[in-house]
Amino acid sequence: MGIRGVQIKIEGLTHRYSSRGPVTFNRVDLEAKPGEALAIIGRSGCGKSTLLHIIAGLLRPTEGTIRLDRVLVEGPSPRWVMMFQAPHLFPWMKVAQNVGVGLGFGRWSKNEIRERVAEALRLVELQGFAESNVQDLSGGQQQRVALARSLVMEPELLLLDEPFSALDAFTRSSLQHDVRSITKRLGINLVIVTHDIDEAVLMADRALIMAGSPGSIVHELDVDLPDPREREDPAVQALRAHLMAAFQEAASVKPHASGDGGQHESVSEDKSFANMN
Amino acid sequence: MGNPVVQRRMLKVSGLAILLALWWIGGYLIARNPATKSFASFGLVPTIKVIPALWEAGKIQSAVLASGRRLGTGLLIAIVIGVPIGILVGRSKRFRNFSNSPFQFLRMISPLSWTPLAVLVFTSWDQSIVFLIAIASVWPVMFSTAAGLAKVDPAWFKVARNLGAKPRHLLTRIILPAITFDVLTGIRLALGVAWIVLVPAEFLGVTSGLGYAIENAREGMEYAHLMAYVLVIGAVGYVLDGVCVMLIRRFSWRHGN
Repeated sequence: MGIRGVQIKIEGLTHRYSSRGPVTFNRVDLEAKPGEALAIIGRSGCGKSTLLHIIAGLLRPTEGTIRLDRVLVEGPSPRWVMMFQAPHLFPWMKVAQNVGVGLGFGRWSKNEIRERVAEALRLVELQGFAESNVQDLSGGQQQRVALARSLVMEPELLLLDEPFSALDAFTRSSLQHDVRSITKRLGINLVIVTHDIDEAVLMADRALIMAGSPGSIVHELDVDLPDPREREDPAVQALRAHLMAAFQEAASVKPHASGDGGQHESVSEDKSFANMN
Repeated sequence: MGNPVVQRRMLKVSGLAILLALWWIGGYLIARNPATKSFASFGLVPTIKVIPALWEAGKIQSAVLASGRRLGTGLLIAIVIGVPIGILVGRSKRFRNFSNSPFQFLRMISPLSWTPLAVLVFTSWDQSIVFLIAIASVWPVMFSTAAGLAKVDPAWFKVARNLGAKPRHLLTRIILPAITFDVLTGIRLALGVAWIVLVPAEFLGVTSGLGYAIENAREGMEYAHLMAYVLVIGAVGYVLDGVCVMLIRRFSWRHGN
């Protein structure tokens, strides 16, 4: 399918929730090649989730810019789509309607929507579930619907905010594998925020460690492994150990001030909710 | 006895049968007692007997139609006012804080106590009645809508925005479908209140409707007719409530909740 991804260029990104509040992260610079998969690892409170929300255009940076193929990110767009920790499906819609909801916001004909939804459901292997109620699906299937809902927009960049952390180990593992293979096949960029080192090694081409308060990217590591990646593979294990060591070193160089962990981490629903008014 | 559906129907029918039996017994006792004999036509049998004649004369239909028109108009006004304000109450904390006291205060006023004011303000009796129905029904609609909105997951807005939703999409694709169930529940409650307010309101100057028909029958001492209209009021209310319940089931997405 070729590369459909974008070049990401983030410069001097700084964020604070209020003008007098503490700085969430300071002067973050980041670049990614088209089609590259990045993992941002960090503990709670380092601002990684906030960074992702800013890349998605759901929050505004205090300073700095994000450009995707030289286009300045100034708000949400179907070209860069985010997937959240919970699927947040619309319970009054069937699976197919949930998947097509984003297309319904744009100028797509019913036929086009039907075709693209069917294609997206095929990608996430839920073809037989188009007319199911979302409440009847398992957690993993619901997250697959959320993935299809993002992919149907044909984004150039998919942003994942710890999307599998609420799932059981088996389901998580199969989704990690599938998301990587789908995004690679489509050639789109992936940025995943996680505190799970395994997830970073299994899904990313490059892992960035974010630490400190205010947060910054303190270390990066190429994850140069062949696909498909298996957890038990010695090469995967070795890279995991390497990344773990770097993570612990980052944590010891910049220890968290006692008590303030988690202070800026969660992008509160209220903030982003207020933002839309 | 094994089939639960059959069992449930049997229970429903026997509940109704007991009610009718009590009515029949009451009528029988009244008719037997010389002191109350002149009220015998309040009983079940005389009432049932007059219904065909009333129906053939078109009196029941025209009374139901006139009352239904007032009820429908009043409810429509309550929905048109109650739903948007309910959305505002549910969505904006500032508006909620600002409006809560006056709304609770107004809600507690018996709708019928507005009658003298309504009669002064509006030029026709019809308008006064519609006003009374509207002011009685607006509160359940408004508060149910607001309560529905409070249950809307804020993350849905984030997801929708993330997929390119404009503000109008948030209203038409997210808020309205999410609260349909609560709005309908509010309308069901409103319907109950409105139906109760309607009949005494029609005792006022109008010359049509079920309330008028009852008052007219009382003045003419046609007690069987009076009871026939009472029966119609109960039956129509029961059917309207059934329609509401059906709609609520149809639009409920909270499975097993």
